[in-house]
Amino acid sequence: MLRIDCPCCGVRDHSEFRYGGDATVERPAHDNPDLDAWYRYVYLRANPKGLHREYWQHVLGCRQWLVVERDTVTHSIHSVSFSRRQRA
Amino acid sequence: MSRYSVFSLLRHAATGNRGWQRAWRAATPKASYDVVIIGGGGHGLATAFYLAENHGIRNVAVLEKGYIGGGNVGRNTTVIRSNYLLDGNTQFYEFSMKLWEGMSAALNFNVMFSQRGQLVTAHSADQLDTFSHRANVMRSNGIDAEILDRDAVRKLVPYLDFSDTARFPIHGAIFQGRAGTARHDAVAWGYARAASGHGVDIIEGCEVTDFVRQDDRIVGVETTRGRIGAGRVGLAVAGHTSVLAQKAGLELPIESHLLQAFVTEPVKPLVDHVVAYGADHFYLSQSDKGGLVFGGNLDGYNSYSQRGNTGVLREVCEAAIALMPNISRLRLLRHWGGIMDMTPDASPIISLTPVDGLYLNGGWCYGGFKATPASGWCFAEMLATGETPALIRGYGLGRFRSGHMIDEAGAGPFAWLQ
Amino acid sequence: MTSTEKRLASGGYLDRSQVLKFMCDGRQYTGFKGDTLASALLASGVSLVGRSFKYHRPRGILSAGAEEPNALVTVGTGARREPNLPATMLELTSGLEAASQNNWPSLRFDVQSINSLFSPLLSSGFYYKTFMGPSRRAWMFYEHFIRKAAGLGKATMMPDPDVYDSRDDFTDVAVVGSGAAGLSAARAAAQAGARVLLIEQDFEIGGRLLSEPGGATWLHTMRTELEEMANVRIMRRTTAFGLYDGNTLALIEDADPFAGLVMNAARKTCTLLHARSIVFATGAIERPMVFPNNDRPGVMLNSAIRAYVNRYSVLPGRNVVIATADDSAYLTAFDLLAHGARVVIADARPLAEPTLLAKAKQMGAEVHLATNVTDVKGKYAVTGVVLAGKTGTIGVSCDLVGMSAGWSPVVHLTSHQGVKPVYRADIDAFVPGQLPETQFVAGAAGGSLSVSEAIAEGVSAGRAAAAVAGKVERVAEAPVLEIEETAGPTTVYKPIFGQRKAFVDFQMDVTLDDIQLAQREGYESVEHLKRYTTLGMGTDQGKTSNINALKVMAKLRGISIPEAGTTTFRPPYTPVAIGAVAGRATGHHFRPYRLTPIHDWHTANGAQMLEVGLWMRPWFFEASGRDVNTAYVNEMRLVRSTAGIMDISTLGKIDIQGPDAAAFLDRVYANGFASIKVGRARYGVMLRDDGIVFDDGTTTRLEQNRFFMTTSTAKAADVLSWLEFLLDTAWPDLRVSVSSVSDEWAGMSVAGPESGKILSAAFPDIDFSNEALPHMGLAGGTFNDSPLKIIRLSYSGERAYEIYVGASNGEAAWRHLIDVGAAYGLKPYGVEALGALRIEKGHVAGPEIDGRTTLSDLRMGRMVAKRSGYVGEALSHREAFQAANRQRLVGLKCIDPGKRLRGGALLFAPGEPLQGHGRGRMTSITYSPELDCYIGLGLLAADFKGDEVIASYPMKNEVVRARVVSPVFLDPAGERMHG
Repeated sequence: MLRIDCPCCGVRDHSEFRYGGDATVERPAHDNPDLDAWYRYVYLRANPKGLHREYWQHVLGCRQWLVVERDTVTHSIHSVSFSRRQRA
Repeated sequence: MSRYSVFSLLRHAATGNRGWQRAWRAATPKASYDVVIIGGGGHGLATAFYLAENHGIRNVAVLEKGYIGGGNVGRNTTVIRSNYLLDGNTQFYEFSMKLWEGMSAALNFNVMFSQRGQLVTAHSADQLDTFSHRANVMRSNGIDAEILDRDAVRKLVPYLDFSDTARFPIHGAIFQGRAGTARHDAVAWGYARAASGHGVDIIEGCEVTDFVRQDDRIVGVETTRGRIGAGRVGLAVAGHTSVLAQKAGLELPIESHLLQAFVTEPVKPLVDHVVAYGADHFYLSQSDKGGLVFGGNLDGYNSYSQRGNTGVLREVCEAAIALMPNISRLRLLRHWGGIMDMTPDASPIISLTPVDGLYLNGGWCYGGFKATPASGWCFAEMLATGETPALIRGYGLGRFRSGHMIDEAGAGPFAWLQ
Repeated sequence: MTSTEKRLASGGYLDRSQVLKFMCDGRQYTGFKGDTLASALLASGVSLVGRSFKYHRPRGILSAGAEEPNALVTVGTGARREPNLPATMLELTSGLEAASQNNWPSLRFDVQSINSLFSPLLSSGFYYKTFMGPSRRAWMFYEHFIRKAAGLGKATMMPDPDVYDSRDDFTDVAVVGSGAAGLSAARAAAQAGARVLLIEQDFEIGGRLLSEPGGATWLHTMRTELEEMANVRIMRRTTAFGLYDGNTLALIEDADPFAGLVMNAARKTCTLLHARSIVFATGAIERPMVFPNNDRPGVMLNSAIRAYVNRYSVLPGRNVVIATADDSAYLTAFDLLAHGARVVIADARPLAEPTLLAKAKQMGAEVHLATNVTDVKGKYAVTGVVLAGKTGTIGVSCDLVGMSAGWSPVVHLTSHQGVKPVYRADIDAFVPGQLPETQFVAGAAGGSLSVSEAIAEGVSAGRAAAAVAGKVERVAEAPVLEIEETAGPTTVYKPIFGQRKAFVDFQMDVTLDDIQLAQREGYESVEHLKRYTTLGMGTDQGKTSNINALKVMAKLRGISIPEAGTTTFRPPYTPVAIGAVAGRATGHHFRPYRLTPIHDWHTANGAQMLEVGLWMRPWFFEASGRDVNTAYVNEMRLVRSTAGIMDISTLGKIDIQGPDAAAFLDRVYANGFASIKVGRARYGVMLRDDGIVFDDGTTTRLEQNRFFMTTSTAKAADVLSWLEFLLDTAWPDLRVSVSSVSDEWAGMSVAGPESGKILSAAFPDIDFSNEALPHMGLAGGTFNDSPLKIIRLSYSGERAYEIYVGASNGEAAWRHLIDVGAAYGLKPYGVEALGALRIEKGHVAGPEIDGRTTLSDLRMGRMVAKRSGYVGEALSHREAFQAANRQRLVGLKCIDPGKRLRGGALLFAPGEPLQGHGRGRMTSITYSPELDCYIGLGLLAADFKGDEVIASYPMKNEVVRARVVSPVFLDPAGERMHG
């Protein structure tokens, strides 16, 4: 199990979370009609071998979407924060 | 290259097996090749073989950073089937099946292709209807398929849970008799030996570190064993496609994910088919050595680590018992992981790329092993002609931009859910 | 016949007051509590225990631990039969029934031992070179025989009658192994103040100290002290089988067979132990020597001989040849000599420690230096060896051969996370690589083979591990242990090549010849070697063979051992029962059912239940008909003619609040929601970002800033997470909060022409007139003092109401409606009829919303005609989605008299060959009582010309003609639901 230190609930198994993928891709504004911008956002991924910023939602806990920095080779987790706080 | 046969076995046995030659030559890199294939896995080696065999292009090198067959071709659960639903996939995987049927003979290497039949259990009338649709597509495309009712399934695989207490009672199954398994390592070795016999250089311990460009064209690769020039470069490094593509400036719709495989201690024959559980993520078969080989779902997060986690371990063991209650006392001997190139529609990418001279073969998700011969065949044609063969027109890189996804599961652009 | 001639009169860790009777291959034996099956068999004079995998060679007992490759037995019978268990790890119990395996007709006379004669033909990888003809399917013929010959024991075909537990546990410090290092580490960590879990795979604490005649007192002191500490837990019979992410150790624990009968107790327990820090004190495994016939029964590891003599009080031989390349074997010789055995030492090294030599000679041993065993005599039991030294070759008769080629630290767990072990030439062994700062190694596991080092390292590792958990109280010195010790190997041992088979991997029958052949053929990387020869692939995972093989290969290739590298260590360390990992999540506890608040009423009132995505829902009611096909048609008639009631509690329900709630919904639904008025509901469709339809449902505006959303049953969890994702990651500026209220509300739908009257009668305080509560209107009220929401929504196309009430009042409200509605003909109906009613109205559901269809595919493109800014908009304009042959929703009506439609049929144009994927497919079908024919929905190419299709169903050899019509078969103007 990955052990994710949820800033709201504490350290929990990743089985309590829902994965949300790459958190570095920038979602175009909701009314942005640019097909290419959306194509890049939805499909293209840097897919790094190493540190990866990614979304996880604590579905069996506080239900917050979190941004987790995790190494895709060692699986070690470097930071966990609320997505909302980072964005707002 | 001397032929393998029962007679060669007898002859060599008489001389203490001292006369056997290397299965493939230990080659040292030349300054340049007509085609350089990066990746000595099943797909790369098959591509090299078909380049020589079908197109007469023998000045070819396969560059492998470790030892050949060390990636997914040697890590998968060896299931081969051609039961795909969607236009493009159906024909491609059936073409692959036909190549499997002749592979041992074509390579003079016994890859132990065992057409023992694969079935997927159905657990409701609706699910059986869904399977019937798939079977209809298969039959209409000239592929063998059967729909079995509960009694027929019971006759075939009586050890599944047919009790009153089964959590997901078995309604029936879809069955493909020509499906089966093969000895995965032998596929890599067989292609390597046959390609080497045609003059292909198989260079192990040779990691590609960068591409060599001339103007906008890729004309070679930098490796840990020096610079190697190339007329065309084929990338076949599934699992690590993104890492290498990035060096060529290519952004891809691919994520690397972890898929686990499991094997039990060897026991006398118990499971004679490939059985997949329609109620959960689980499937199994028995290797010729006697171990039950099984697998389940992706671990579910981006990963380049070739080792699995405990979540899937638990899920898979639970599902195993739910399908096959007598498996409970059998013991798990080993589990490991492979890195899958996951695409947003779970279909592969064999494609020309925006980078001149670079050709892409990747995105195999968890379906790469069964595709090995067809992938090699088509990629070889692409590298030989510079054109996209008709059979793989649907596998182009541009399909996500244009909306022509081939999404068997309908799971959408979330790699980890595919 | 129970001979106990090899049992010593006293000593060992045995409880001689408990005499245990057991069976092996049909014969009865006795042993004592504290024995393993292996020690009890040895004590009884049994040396032949099994047959090897490939050549069916007779095999005995090699080791006294988890590394045992040879002595595999099948234990138990019937449903409790378990194959391939190492006798060396089987705790002896009364009534144990063991049987040898992989032999026929008997262990002593095994027909397949003939394989040995053909061994040059059966060289490694021989099967890759033959069995390819004469036909393409030839392999299928040969495979049958190969499979029968392969495998070891036989698995049971019956379900497992026992239960297991799978659990999670937590500790500050986990200590793996209870030898000198582990005990010292556990004590130190506990003294520092940490919660400690000490894990021992054996049923006895002590590790290799149990084999040390001088270790008993120290062991007793340490053990007693630990048992008395409140912050220490000791798990015996527990193997740490894997190390996973997050410092998680996976443990497998066997129940104590002497604990007495406990109802429903777990036979085995699998624990995921989350530890802040871990001390690996896993010890080392002795390596066999590689010489011809080194696999004969009676050839044993020297450390195993010591364990049998000192721990189990068994003298396995009286006439012993000790072959060694390592000083530690001298201790075995001394123990044997002390018990009166005759000992000849063949030391492969030109020199040995002088004090050891002197003592050996003084005790009466014959010592040959620079001498190797070059052959072993005896087939079923050792009768002698051939020794080759500087002076020539001599034959020595004996009944036991011991061997030592050095020690391999147990680095398995430390390597599971990808930390590669590193070679240390000074001790000729691999030790753990650089571990994370929460993991420590102590004692032999790290290459420190002496007991004094183990204790010192244990103390410091225990202290450091506790510090990781923030526990730094003072740690006392460990008690001093003084025992006779030896240094490590002084030279690197070299295998002995000879005419006869010299085994490297005993279980998989891999010999030196096989490794040479693999190298010759280019399978020379360690992974190729493993895969080509099957080396290390047995149930012992090559614990005694991997390093020897690696060394042989390095030598053959002329490269160093580190250059050759090791293979990857994979979990589990020892095989783990699948049942234990699953624990109690079996039977009906595997993926538990979900039940609605009205479930009990359904089952008590003749509902045939159907599982739909873990939910149990009424499929149909027996009162409507005996089988589903009769019942659903009658239930359709019921809804269309009078009224039916349906449990819709499974729908996802989401409470959406906030000043920007309307704006939020206006984005997440493809169709507009900004203008919806308070007290009104609207049907909405959500798209994924890629423009594909995601889910549909209705949302009702309860208040200005509050909405009640329903989702499909299947997508309930996904939709909620998606809304939360958008709010948390994309639009944190929107002041909206969403929360699931799926379990808070029971839901039921009353549909049919009489529904208005029934509701008026049931809830007389509410005005159900068309004016007060029009189609898509909302009414509130109370039931049993619990709030009630009634929304006039129709899925069936009839006048219909969805009634939501607090879950705890769900069944009461349902009963109330049934009671009141009875006079109007109200009856319950199930999901089969529901699915059929929606087809008549052309409503799409799961078969059409399949993750590949767009709004315009489903003929809902008009909903978004003048809209922008909704999720999925941009990518829904992609080229492929506008293609002329895009498959779009159609209605299909069977026009072949007496025939029926089937879902999953492929659609073709009349006259065209029925090949390929067709122009479309039938997605949903039903019999329509109103139209008196089969109708269906389908997806058909938009450029299809003509109004007739051929529906082909090859699996039943059926071809049916159907007319292409509007998907709305009934009441296209919607008069029934508005009326």
